[in-house]
Formats: sequence, structure tokens, C-alpha cells
Amino acid sequence: MIKLNNIHKSYVMGNNSLHVLKGIDLQIEQGDFVSIMGSSGSGKSTLLNILGMLDNYDEGSYYLAGTLIQNMSEKKAAQYRNDLVGFVFQSFNLISFKNAMENVALPLYYKGVPRKKRNQIAMEYLEKLGLKDWANHMPNEMSGGQKQRVAIARALISKPKIILADEPTGALDTATSYEVMEILKEINDSGITVIIVTHEHDIAAMTRQIIRLKDGRIHEVIRNGELKEFKKSYMKELVTA
Amino acid sequence: MFDIDKWQEIFATIKKNKMRTFLTGFSVAWGIFMLMILLGAGNGLSNGVANNFMNDAVNAMWIWQGKTTLPYQGMKTGRNIMFYNQDQEIVQKVHGVGVSSGRYFMGNTRYSFGKESGEYTTITCQPHLRDVENLQIEKGRFINEIDIQQNRKVVVIGADIKAALFKDNEAVGEYVNINMVPFKVVGICTEPGSTRNRNAYMPLSTAQMIFNGNNRLHNLALTINANTLEETKAIEEQIRNALGRQHKFDPKDESAIGLYNKLENYIQTMRIFQAIKIFIWIIGIGTLIAGIVGVSNIMLIVVKERTKEIGIRKALGASPASVIGLILLESIMITTLAGYIGLVLGTGLMEMINYFMVQSAGAATATDQSETIFMNPTVDLNIAIYATLLLIVAGAFAGYIPAKRAASIKPIVALRDE
Repeated sequence: MIKLNNIHKSYVMGNNSLHVLKGIDLQIEQGDFVSIMGSSGSGKSTLLNILGMLDNYDEGSYYLAGTLIQNMSEKKAAQYRNDLVGFVFQSFNLISFKNAMENVALPLYYKGVPRKKRNQIAMEYLEKLGLKDWANHMPNEMSGGQKQRVAIARALISKPKIILADEPTGALDTATSYEVMEILKEINDSGITVIIVTHEHDIAAMTRQIIRLKDGRIHEVIRNGELKEFKKSYMKELVTA
Repeated sequence: MFDIDKWQEIFATIKKNKMRTFLTGFSVAWGIFMLMILLGAGNGLSNGVANNFMNDAVNAMWIWQGKTTLPYQGMKTGRNIMFYNQDQEIVQKVHGVGVSSGRYFMGNTRYSFGKESGEYTTITCQPHLRDVENLQIEKGRFINEIDIQQNRKVVVIGADIKAALFKDNEAVGEYVNINMVPFKVVGICTEPGSTRNRNAYMPLSTAQMIFNGNNRLHNLALTINANTLEETKAIEEQIRNALGRQHKFDPKDESAIGLYNKLENYIQTMRIFQAIKIFIWIIGIGTLIAGIVGVSNIMLIVVKERTKEIGIRKALGASPASVIGLILLESIMITTLAGYIGLVLGTGLMEMINYFMVQSAGAATATDQSETIFMNPTVDLNIAIYATLLLIVAGAFAGYIPAKRAASIKPIVALRDE
């Protein structure tokens, strides 16, 4: 599904060049539930942006669903994003002057789905996420958890292959965080690849694979079976800290 | 373009920022308003002056006899040039000359009818003088060819003469004594643009016969057919050449014959108005540009404010073209709508001024008998359509840079959490 070969990325700021990703090799299969962890500056958000075609990489190759993603025109990238990827953000990123239904329907607008049809589909997705009664509410009338659920509905509506979530629980309390993770798990169960970036170990522990980045390289990959192990070492880290 | 969503988005942002939108729109509306008023005033001035020219045929030309000031073919200067009937035929043959009439001056002539009498100017002429001087026949007819051929003793009198001699009685068909010779009144006329109608018109042939004119002429009135200044000059030169050959004077001698070329004056005056019109457009468009820069400014701020929203849209699959369309349409809508309001107000004001001018002019004189330099100060529909198109183009211009900037927003930058 996703194949990264030796991905390098650096940001040029004035005279300084900041080498953020120093050769990432990664393979994620269809239906995986992956979390990317790492301290701030480890390059996890940059990696997610490259996966989501929001950013270009300097070196290496990135295959998404069999297509080489490289030097795409903005138009093409927009189209791929629309077709293949759904985004969930830490700060929800709903459009403030649109109500929940219109926010959810927005990706379909860029797909060219007629207004009536896309609003109807949006209502279905809101219903799935238990927000049917909130369809006509504006984002500022909703709680954080509700907003994130709207955002997830918006990410799902274009039937993407992958959901990319950047700190989806970063702005939520623990109970709501677990709710959101529960939803993401359900989505994953339906066959969609879910990749989240997080720095919370308990959130990461709910995924089936953890990729830990350190200084722009993959430090370790912990798979489902090893999660217990991970928890142990995590506890050790906490004790030593 | 006719996408409800796009319009909804535009209305949503406009609604959120009423004051800002109003101020932006106002600068554009003001620009167009001023342009319309300037154009209207320019048109009014131009129409007024053009109307004054219409007192006579625009392409009228008068030629009168003069005195030579250049020696020619061994002859001294100071010779009087005198016109005869054949001179009219010579002039008539010149290419570009339309119609012509010879005129013989009689000096003051005494008109009497019954107990009433007075001295008036008698103009002896041929039928075409009416075309040259745009004479209006109030009643009866003007001098015709048969009058000329049969040396009929008929006269067309000005409205003032009729009023003085006949009061309210019927004049056409009556006989009036001119220098003691009875003439039949066949018509009553007025001269446009003149408040005095104290001239009487008599057949040239009759006057020459009765009042010892022989075949003498004093003056030629004619029309010429030309479109450009160069053509009128060419006709003028040909006339001087032809008359110069006949009377043996140097065609370059400006004093040998007098010549007034109205078309030349008309074309020159209209050129001045053309220049004024261009000047008005420049000023108007300058004002408009100030407004458009205002719109552009505001749109830049709008884009800045909506950076995050545009980033979200792009992440969800908005193509750069659709983002450009969004900003561009908003800009075009504000300019077009505001501009249209300015257009309506501007033309409305000019139409109102025109309405009151017509009202007061109508009260003063029933006909176009008065001198005016301001007339019909309105802008025609074509200009309004051009202005509307101009506005749409202007809106596109105003929105282009901001839209370009919006399109270049990188989603990762826009979505970075502050």
C-alpha cells in the first residue's frame, strides 16, 4: 500500500539547511493501523505530510497504491489527496462558517458531486458517527470530541484508502481521546489503513504497529505482538525518568 | 461560475465583513460615479456646441468678393474682384461641392403693407440657400426653381417681418411693397439659433432684373461634401484655383476672395471635444484604478485571513484553479456590483439634470431658438455597457494577485498549529 525507499527531506531556512528526514525506509500494508511516534523535531509530522502528499521529498521514492508520487503538479496532488487520503488534524480544522454537514460534504464538492447528493451522503456519515442531530450546528457550537468526529466523517466521506491523523487526540481529554481511538479502530476494521502521529504512549499502544522516529531515522518498529514488550519498556522509561 | 456553493461561500465571507466590503465597494462605486458624471458633462458640452453648429448646415461654405493683395500676371495689387452669375457655375462644377446659391445684396429695403412699414434686409438667393442656412419654413414655401426661371415677384419673409407688418393676419398670399414694387408673400421662415428673424428672401433672378443687378453676385453660399479636414482644405483650394483662373488672381492670395469654411471649423471643434473626451476617460479611469487598488488591497487581506481555510480546502482536494476561482469571483462580484451601483447613480444624476434642463428650456423657448453650450448631458447605453465590461475586467485584475497568492498557499504552512 505504502512503500517508502530512502526518503530524505530537508528544509532550507536562509543559509541553514535543516535535514529532517535522513533516509526513511518503510512499508505499510493495506489495513494496517500504525502510529508514528517520536520526540518533537524527530520528523514525524514531516513524514506524515509527505505521506499525505502535502509536501515533497528531496530524495528516494514513495509509492502509494502502486503509483510513484513524485514531482506532481499541484492539481494532480490535490486530486490524489481527494481520492486516496483522508486527513484528521489535532485542531480539527473545520471551516468555521460552515455547519457540520457542509463541512463533511466539502471533499465531495471537489469531487464534483451534486449538492443534494453530497449533503445526503454527509448526513449518512454523520449518523454513523452519532452526530445526526448536530448536522446543522456550526463548529463553534460543538465540543472538541464532536468536532473531531465531524472531522473524521469528513475524512471518510471520499472513501479514502488511508486515513492520516496528526495528533488526533492532542486537543482532547482522556475519555474523549479513547472514544476517538475507538472510532479510528472501527474504521481500520473496515479495511482502511490508518496512520496516526502521536506522542502519547497509551494512544500509540492502541494501534497495531508503532514506528518510533529519532533524529530523522526510524529508530524501531514495534509490531502487534511486541506491544506488551513495548509497554514494559515504556514503563521502564517512566520509572527511570 | 454558476456554482451555488461558490456563491454561498462568497456571500458568507461578505456577510461576515460587511463594513470592509462596503468600504471596498464604495471606492469602486465612487470611481464609476465620477467617470459617468465627467463623461456626461463632457457629452453635454459637446452636444451643446455641436447643436450651435447646426444653426447652419455643418458643411456650409460662404464665399465673398475681396481685393487682391498679390500682383499676378503683370497686374497690380488692389484690384476688386467681382462675382457674376457664371462664377456660381464655376464653383458648382468643383468636385466636392454639394448645392450652391448665389446672392445679390440690395442694401436696406423698405417693406410696407397697408399702413405698416419698416426697413429690413433682403437676401436674394436661389432655392438651395435653404439647405445651406437650415432655414425653417413656418408657413407656405421657400423660393423654388420656377420662381427663378420666371423671375416671379415673390418673397419669403422672416417671422419678425410678418409680425410687424401683418400682426395676426394671414400674410401668405398677400402682396407686400418692397421699395414700392409689389411682391407676393409665399412663405414665412425662421432661422434656427437666431432670436431675430428680420431677413426676407427673394429670387435672385427677380432681384437682378428689377433692382438693376444685371448678372452681378455679391456672395456665394454652398455646401461641400467632405469627411476630413484634408478633404475640406482640398475643396477650398480647388475653389480658389477655379475662381483664380476666372478672375486672374493668384490662388494663394487670401484676400482676393473671402471664404468661410464651416466644416473645417466644425471638424476642428469636434477634434477638441474628442481630446476632452479622451482626457475625461483618462481621469475617470484613474479614479477607477484607485478604487480597484483598494479592492486588490482588501482581497489580499481576505486571503491572509483565510489562509487556514484555504489550506484546509487544499488538503481536502481543492485544486489551485478552484482556489483562484473563489477569490477572483469574490473580487469580480464586489467590483461589478459596487460599480453598477455607481453607474446607476451617476447616469441617474445626469438624466435628472437633463430632465430639469429640458423642463426649464422648454419653458423659455418652445423651439431650439436659443444659444446653449450645454445640452443632453447623458451617457449613452454603449458607454454604460463598456463601463460594465471594464468593471468586470477591473475586478478580475484586482483579484488576480490575491488569488495567485491564495493558490500558492502551502497546506502544511496553513495548517501548522500556532
